[in-house]
Amino acid sequence: MAQQGFPEGDFRAPVPVLTPGQGYTSITDKLTSIVFTSHTPMAWFGFVAVGFTLVMGLMVSLTYVVLKGIGVWGNNIPVGWAFPIINFVWWIGIGHAGTLISAILLLFKQDWRMSISRSAEAMTIFAVICAAIFPIFHTGRPWLAIYWLLPYPNTMTIWPNFRSPLIWDVFAVSTYATVSIVFWFTGMIPDLATFRDRAGHPVMKKIYGVLSLGWRGSARHWYRYENASLLLAGLSAPLVLSVHTVVSFDFAVAILPGWHATIFPPYFVAGAVYAGFAMVLTLLIPLRKIYGLENIITMHHIENMAKVMLVTGLIVVYGYGCEAFFGWYSGSGYERFMLMNRMWKGPMAWSYWALLVCNFIVPQLMWSKRFRRRLPVVFLVCMFVNVGMWLERFVIIVTSLHRDFLPSSWQMYHPTIWDIMTFVGTIGLFLTLMFLFVRVMPMIAIFEVKTLVPESSPKATAVGDGGAH
Amino acid sequence: MDFESIRKRLAGDGNLTGKAYWRSLEELADSKEFGDYMHREFPSQASEFSDPAGRRTFLKLMGASLALAGVGACTRQPVEKLVPYVRQPEELIPGRPLFYATAMPLGGYAYPLLAENHMGRPTKLEGNPEHPASLGGTDVFGQASVLNLYDPDRSRVIKGHGEIKTWSGFIAAMQGAMSAQRAVNGAGLRILTEPVSSPSIVAQITELTQSLPDAKWHQWDPVFGTVQGGATSFAPIYDFKAADVVVSLDEDFLGHGAGQVRYSKDFGSRRRIGTPNDEQNRLYVAEAIPTITGAKAEHRIAVRAQDIHAVAAAIAGAVGVSGSMAGAEAAAGAEEFVKAAAADLLAHRGRSLVVAGERQPAAVKELARAINDALGNSGTTVKYVAPVVASPADGVASITSLVSDMNAGKVDLLVIFDGNPVYTAPADLNFAEALGKVGLRVHVGMHFDDTAELSHWHVPAAHYLESWGDAKSFDGTVTLIQPLIAPIYDGKQTIEVLAAMNGNLGKTGSDLVKEFWAESLGTEAAWRKALHDGFIPNANAPAAPAAPAAPNEPANPAPAAPAAPAAPVDGYEVVFRPDPTVLDGRFGNNGWMQELPKPLSKLTWNSVAYIGVATAEKLGVQNEDVIEIASNGRRVRVPVWIMPGTATNTIGLHLGYGQTKLGRVANGVGMNVYPLRTSMAPWFVGGATVTKTGETYMLASTQTHFNMEGRNPVRVVTAEEYKHEPKESVEKLGPEVPPRDMTLYQNFEYTGNKWGMAIDLNACTGCGVCVVACVAENNIPVIGKEQIKKSREMHWIRVDTYFEGSLDAPSMVHQPVTCQQCENAPCEQVCPVGATVHSDEGLNDMVYNRCVGTRYCSNNCPYKVRRFNFLLYSDFATEEIKAQRNPDVTVRSRGVMEKCTYCVQRISHARIDAKTEGRDIRDGDIVTACQQACPSDAIMFGNLNDPDSKVSKLKEQERNYGLLEDLNTRPRTSYLAVVRNANPALDKA
Repeated sequence: MAQQGFPEGDFRAPVPVLTPGQGYTSITDKLTSIVFTSHTPMAWFGFVAVGFTLVMGLMVSLTYVVLKGIGVWGNNIPVGWAFPIINFVWWIGIGHAGTLISAILLLFKQDWRMSISRSAEAMTIFAVICAAIFPIFHTGRPWLAIYWLLPYPNTMTIWPNFRSPLIWDVFAVSTYATVSIVFWFTGMIPDLATFRDRAGHPVMKKIYGVLSLGWRGSARHWYRYENASLLLAGLSAPLVLSVHTVVSFDFAVAILPGWHATIFPPYFVAGAVYAGFAMVLTLLIPLRKIYGLENIITMHHIENMAKVMLVTGLIVVYGYGCEAFFGWYSGSGYERFMLMNRMWKGPMAWSYWALLVCNFIVPQLMWSKRFRRRLPVVFLVCMFVNVGMWLERFVIIVTSLHRDFLPSSWQMYHPTIWDIMTFVGTIGLFLTLMFLFVRVMPMIAIFEVKTLVPESSPKATAVGDGGAH
Repeated sequence: MDFESIRKRLAGDGNLTGKAYWRSLEELADSKEFGDYMHREFPSQASEFSDPAGRRTFLKLMGASLALAGVGACTRQPVEKLVPYVRQPEELIPGRPLFYATAMPLGGYAYPLLAENHMGRPTKLEGNPEHPASLGGTDVFGQASVLNLYDPDRSRVIKGHGEIKTWSGFIAAMQGAMSAQRAVNGAGLRILTEPVSSPSIVAQITELTQSLPDAKWHQWDPVFGTVQGGATSFAPIYDFKAADVVVSLDEDFLGHGAGQVRYSKDFGSRRRIGTPNDEQNRLYVAEAIPTITGAKAEHRIAVRAQDIHAVAAAIAGAVGVSGSMAGAEAAAGAEEFVKAAAADLLAHRGRSLVVAGERQPAAVKELARAINDALGNSGTTVKYVAPVVASPADGVASITSLVSDMNAGKVDLLVIFDGNPVYTAPADLNFAEALGKVGLRVHVGMHFDDTAELSHWHVPAAHYLESWGDAKSFDGTVTLIQPLIAPIYDGKQTIEVLAAMNGNLGKTGSDLVKEFWAESLGTEAAWRKALHDGFIPNANAPAAPAAPAAPNEPANPAPAAPAAPAAPVDGYEVVFRPDPTVLDGRFGNNGWMQELPKPLSKLTWNSVAYIGVATAEKLGVQNEDVIEIASNGRRVRVPVWIMPGTATNTIGLHLGYGQTKLGRVANGVGMNVYPLRTSMAPWFVGGATVTKTGETYMLASTQTHFNMEGRNPVRVVTAEEYKHEPKESVEKLGPEVPPRDMTLYQNFEYTGNKWGMAIDLNACTGCGVCVVACVAENNIPVIGKEQIKKSREMHWIRVDTYFEGSLDAPSMVHQPVTCQQCENAPCEQVCPVGATVHSDEGLNDMVYNRCVGTRYCSNNCPYKVRRFNFLLYSDFATEEIKAQRNPDVTVRSRGVMEKCTYCVQRISHARIDAKTEGRDIRDGDIVTACQQACPSDAIMFGNLNDPDSKVSKLKEQERNYGLLEDLNTRPRTSYLAVVRNANPALDKA
């Protein structure tokens, strides 16, 4: 890569994405060996064991919920929505990073995304799967909700209520899930072909062969592939913004103080990106260690993601400020009471302050380059953000509901063991899916990363040429 | 190939017409090879295609085999004969309920009712609108008693010495025992009943005691007829309509008692003011534990139950009752109250009323009478009559003498009718132990309870809805009881057992009751009319020697000289009260009653010790802490509930919990406080000690926040303000209401009926009967304590209570809240499947079948009136209970939302009736279940498009306001503000 005229040491100068010394062969060898090896790292077994155990817990708890009714959870009247919807919004938020990285950063021609885009996309899809469990199972009659929320023609000519934000949700989330899966799979085709070519076992060859859809790497293939990527990226980019906007409508459209706020759409989107990046980092920091990918997912990546987190985190904090300001500025007694209850006088005020610590105070460490480059610190900050974003939804949903308009209906909310089992179970499902993916699929876009190697630069004349390379 | 013939065919020689296309030369030639080829290509059907007859055969065969296949699939259908009634039962139309007048006997009194009967099943009870003791309203027990009929834990078989026996076996055993008694003039025979006013039963007992002069009849009921400090020879009947000033001395006349319904009606009539200038009554209450009567009071003071006497004496002195009472000192802190009340009483001579506590000593009742006599109230606002209940024995004295006879070995045969004295009798009598000394013990009751277990014989009793009978209401009106259903478990009525003891075998209850009344009523038509009306107007009981004479006429015995108050005992005072929902425990197995939030505390499924804030501070306890109360060496452990307004150092205990033998609902619920209750002090006792145990006990209340937070859901104005600024004084208590035209859309015009409701909070007493009525009408499930604790109660109507003012002397207001049927319903917009939609009459309809249970509607409902079936709450498993359900209302399953429908089934019934008769629905055709049951007529429902309807008139009042109307929900239910007619001399505000 050229220096583009920046003086030596200038912070604006592009930083090489990969560690110097990488070549086509070394990258392909490295990345295919993750899958084609008989020595699966012990850590992989550890994570899958934990994840799978939790998935069993999820199965048990969901079965129990369907058999007994959602009364096994802690939801009540007035707190009609609690853990399931908190978890839903949390997971959907996490599912934002992947598409953002691959679509928006692709359109902005950010090269560094290439090392992390595939795993982030996979994470998106698994997060959306985890999220989708909740809105279905949280309903009183999931066996009906699963299709009555869809506008299908029926003999009764009954349609869903298109005025309800929950219906918008159905469209937003299902569109997002579909486009994300298509984008992810399309992006994997060249790498699956590489796997097909490298696979030794004939069965593996066959499977990867089918999945790679006859990719031969011809110039025409590449031409079409690039076009498709761009188109899908263009399609996904607005979705990144729309999904969480629509999810925020679930709250903003309601008349409940603490929900009824116009700041919600941008604030939710920023929160989603924030949470998404935190989760990508949470996953990639251990992954690059386990698989020795430090040369491909470099400190440069970590630092960039930390910066995105910092910026979106500050937007989210701005959202908190706005909520508080408008609560006061509205002049409505209900809004003002809600703020007092949320921040100070209510029995759940602790959650608000915990949220500020997690989402506001701790991430300020990321201003420091020193901390951004220290993996344990970054990992810890990400864990705080993960918790903080969950708490944010808890504050919005539960604290607003538990004390609304008529004091006579104010009640407390207490989650049950089944709430926790279901939530933790989806984390297990997420881990399991993620590690299965890493084990059998190309977790890093091999062909894309190869474009970052100096040889692939049109200006490169020879290996080792070009100063920094 | 013959080209020649082909050319010929193409030239039009053959059958070819029009433009002919040929596919091959072979075809053209119509050669045999072509034919063979066709057969090879379509070998099976080729010939069929070319042979019209063959094709038809084919189709025929196919058709026939299809038909045969159909026949073969048939099984023989069972023969079902569908024939119409040859003679249709009179008036019995499937789908249409019938109503019969009957009455619930409780504590000896009749509670007049109309029972709704669906195809032979009583499903719902309503007040008898023509009966003077009801005027259409009921109390909670009347509403709930229908569920007792279907109680799955009722005893079903006669048991003798631990084995299942027959009725004839029982009769044989009784005959043996009775003949032994006849030999000794009944010296060893004792009958224990609850208080009885039934002339027919009294006649049977009289016959028995006349033939066996040494036999004795005892009465015991832990609530009714249980007196402390002696019984009076008179009973008051109040007329609250005529009273401008009412002073209640520890009497909960709005919350409990045989006269509650009528008293609430009359009292309410003085609170349902029509214009700001209407005179409203004023209520002073001195009581130990807050009751709903105290909550209605303009001025309430909390004094210990033992200090009430002093307050009464002080008032008597102040109003100048002759005798030595002048200058008597009231309890500390009550001076101002006494002064103001006395002044007000004096200012309203003849239009005031002093009401003495039913559970206060006779001296207090006599003092109250002396005050009323002195003020000239007797005869205008109150009349004193001989007690309505037959042989008005002091219940405590009665059971005490029975126990002493039992202990002395004098009792050979004891027959206990109803009641569970082993559980309820005063603890110091040791009833269970004494019972063991009785030769032959017979128990007739609805449950195989503690007493049944210790008896030799147990006979299942019939529920009153299975019985013929009669009883007198509190005012002495003879009320008839007719059955709505044949005894489900072959239960026997008291009168049948008594008749059998008298040797009148083979007579049914209906024979006995009808025979009894035949003489005085004369004709069959008169009997039928009395049955139809439910009561015998102005009829006195036929002469029955033991019955009191002429209860309708004031007996007016001169009261004894009022005694001076006894010196109060220090230490903690324990006050016993019948429970507002389970009474003395007899409604313990009634899930509706267990789940009905108790007035003020909103507790369910429990008994507690009510203590005041100061007492709680002194003891260092909080809600749910368990305390141990010790009095005279007896001790009980009870969890604490802090009830602001309870007298300091007083501990209020409610009877009826901690049962072990009653049934699946009652057993193990709450704590039994009977072990603390003695025959000397069945209602209050001083000198108790209290210790904190350090244990806690889970309590489930449906309301946890009793402060209005400045939002004024209940608007309270003073009479003065309301008179001067009627509209402004009410409006200023709530935020601004958005104008109706502030919308981009056109407002929907309701052209036909437009249903609405108005609830007069000034009349509402918060008794909770609307809740039970709604439960009974709308098949609302019982969910249990754990679920209530999780705040998942299912009641469609709830009564909110708010406290205001100081912690020691708060004022309390109630607000029944149902679905407000908003015109701009926030719930409707957010339902993703459209399961809650608006009707063109303005109802917010709930479509259970469509609901998938997202609960979004509930989140968006500012009134939080929507109820969700978090689990399978409706009982689909207990067969017995199914018969109670209202067939017009869906029984909701798991996972669906539900809420108040304004009793849409009743609207539909009225609409069908109106349509059949070719008219519009008239005002008053539709009465919702809550409205119907309300004893104070606080709820009004009707058509808002009819300017003359009662509800429209109410909504025109200045004190009409909508709850949370500032949210622009446009609720159809509105509330009429509370107007407090405070005494300026006491009003510190």
